[in-house]
Amino acid sequence: MDIAQNILLTIMTAATPLLIAAIGELVVERSGVLNLGVEGMMVIGAVCGFAATALTGSPWVGMLAAIAAGAFFSLLFGVLTLSLAANQVATGLSLTLLGLGLSGMIGESFVGTAGVKLGSIHIPVLTEIPLVGRLVFGQDPIFYISLMLTGGVAWFLFRTRAGLTLRAIGDNHASAHALGINVLKVRYLAVMFGGACAGLAGAHLSLVYTPQWVENMTAGRGWIALALVVFASWRPWRVLGGAYLFGAVSIGQLHAQALGFGIPSQFLSALPYVATIVVLVIISRDRRLTLMNTPASLGQAFVPDR
Amino acid sequence: MPLLEIRGLTKVFGSLRACDGIDLTIAPGEIHALLGENGAGKSTLVKMLFGVLEPTAGTIDWKGQPVRIGSPREARATGIGMVFQHFSLFEALTVAENIALALDGNVAIDRIAEEARRLSDQYGLPLDPHAHVADLSVGERQRIEIVRTLLQNPELIILDEPTSVLTPQEADKLFETLEKLRGEGRSVLYISHRLEEVQRICDRATVLRHGKVTGACNPRAETPSSLARMMVGSEVASVSYGGAQAPGEVLVEVRKLNAPARTPFAVALRDIDLTVRAGEVIAIAGVAGNGQSELFDVLSGEVPVSDAESVRIAGVAAGSKGITARRLMGCSFVPEERHGHAAVPDMNLSGNLVLSRYASDRKTFLSGGWLDLINMGPVAAATKRISAAMDVRKSQEDPPAGSLSGGNLQKFIVGRELDRQPRVMVVNQPTWGVDAGAASRIRQALVDLAKSGSAVIVISQDLDEVFEISSRICVINEGRLSAPEPVASMTRERIGLLMGGFHDGTARGSAMPEASHAH
Repeated sequence: MDIAQNILLTIMTAATPLLIAAIGELVVERSGVLNLGVEGMMVIGAVCGFAATALTGSPWVGMLAAIAAGAFFSLLFGVLTLSLAANQVATGLSLTLLGLGLSGMIGESFVGTAGVKLGSIHIPVLTEIPLVGRLVFGQDPIFYISLMLTGGVAWFLFRTRAGLTLRAIGDNHASAHALGINVLKVRYLAVMFGGACAGLAGAHLSLVYTPQWVENMTAGRGWIALALVVFASWRPWRVLGGAYLFGAVSIGQLHAQALGFGIPSQFLSALPYVATIVVLVIISRDRRLTLMNTPASLGQAFVPDR
Repeated sequence: MPLLEIRGLTKVFGSLRACDGIDLTIAPGEIHALLGENGAGKSTLVKMLFGVLEPTAGTIDWKGQPVRIGSPREARATGIGMVFQHFSLFEALTVAENIALALDGNVAIDRIAEEARRLSDQYGLPLDPHAHVADLSVGERQRIEIVRTLLQNPELIILDEPTSVLTPQEADKLFETLEKLRGEGRSVLYISHRLEEVQRICDRATVLRHGKVTGACNPRAETPSSLARMMVGSEVASVSYGGAQAPGEVLVEVRKLNAPARTPFAVALRDIDLTVRAGEVIAIAGVAGNGQSELFDVLSGEVPVSDAESVRIAGVAAGSKGITARRLMGCSFVPEERHGHAAVPDMNLSGNLVLSRYASDRKTFLSGGWLDLINMGPVAAATKRISAAMDVRKSQEDPPAGSLSGGNLQKFIVGRELDRQPRVMVVNQPTWGVDAGAASRIRQALVDLAKSGSAVIVISQDLDEVFEISSRICVINEGRLSAPEPVASMTRERIGLLMGGFHDGTARGSAMPEASHAH
């Protein structure tokens, strides 16, 4: 019976960095900015989180360092695409390449260093409840943060005035400007929130998932997070569903490979991607709803005419 | 004391003086008209008043005190509200959310919905606060803008070309609302180029031309032609279809044409029937967003339909053919959007010419067999010929399309299509945003084409244009097309009813049951 709990725990752990990075990118894209640099910001977060932990001995300091590094790195993207109105696609791609290279350089001396794990919480009695105790009361802190982020972002976007302003900018930045909303300021904040989330997602990898530093340790998760946002039609709870589905199929196919059903391993490795896309496409088949949720000014530079 | 007084207001964009030393005063409780052609500087002026643009020079006094309006927020705080020409609405959001965005402070969305409903009822502008803007008609969208403005309780309301998107009946309702506002002591700055409206509702008028004030008057004391002279600076040649002609063979036949909406923001075409003969100009009137662009797409072949028989061109089933195939059958098309649809702004005129006519004029423009080399000589000659024929004014021999003014580019685009003497020509909004001189030239060219034996379909929102150039008129409403009626027997009132969806069908439908009861 504990096997089921263990499998569910690994699924959630695999899904958490995807969820955090995707929720951050969702806010960025809802404001009309397309930042393809998620992978780069994540890997910067991973290396900075690991380095700060190794230097101070505290994974909490490492986590905060990762958040700050991600936000700071995204600011570079913000200056280029928002203030200087550079092409968002090209800038985002460069950000990923820069992040991968820079993280390799920063992390060179930490390769092979033993890491410190950000421990799971333990509440006497509650954590020991059979079957569900560890799932509900015994996970790492970043897992709980990811759930709060999802709920918080959903609440922010659809229940607060600031969220309304952000969605309005994503829908039509020219109209928002005409109403007197400071488009660039909101977009800067959104971009930095996305960077902070990507940094935190990276910290989850190097402090929780596999507490060590390996070059390119994000292994394409930033790209998966980007795809999740689109296939989830920019809706937070669907992003959560998509991330967990992806995690479930990833872990499931590992077990299937271990058991050896005679299915080629390449096919099994591709399964998480295929399954997630198919499911999200099927639930997004209401085109009207999807178009209503798609930020209409996504990827377009905004230059105020004054 | 005047409510608003501006002196010497100037805005310079590069070398263009969009507004040049404008003086204007608005008294409390008056409806003040700002008249002028497209490009006269009206929009630039009000954008400065609303804090969207910063004046280069000049002063603005509000109730006798000099003010600096740095942003729309400051304008609203001062007491100025604005209803934009191109609505500043968010399609994906609800009516209440759209209204909330324009309000300062943190008001709960639910309370705004209530307040919006109350105000819209008070001014006779019914609105459902929870509807999504994408689902609303243009008239309803304008109501949102007006209610949004009224919620801020402004003393001066600026309306930028408010009736250009309304049916005559909707416009009448708007005028009632404006009278009500004036009755409450609010002032209105009413921007328009429609003289008849201005004479009907405005107390005073200021006329602009090329960024300068060319007249200030009481519009009711003027004649339409004296106002037009102030606006245009000279008499405008009038166009006329001329006497009725015996219509020739059928060139376009549309039968039971149906096309589903491709996006939530599009309109489905339903059971469209239309026959156009050689020598005719058919005008399709209607309020924007009722299926005009969808109909154009299906007629041009940009969006082919599965039933080939539903569109026949010169007797050949063409409904499933693409745009190039239809061009090869002798058709020409001019879409509504000049930049990016009818022309590539970054390419020069000759390049744009080849793009639309490489297939139909293959022998002249291309050579080298499969290499498809462009014959620069003939292309340049054709560009020159078109520019001369349509009086396209340009600074160089072959400038980029985007560097031409709207009117000159439109003249070139229409000329490019006319130059091949098409048998069928379909034009969507031929003179939208085009100055009066260029508009009259384009209209004359379309009429001349029909007289030479071609079939012309003009989709237009401009009723003056519709009456001026067509031989028969039909009206599109929610994707349905009314039966064409000869221009001589058509009236504006009737077009207004058809625009609002009151078809003969409904009238007949209600009349018939009485007859059957009698049996």
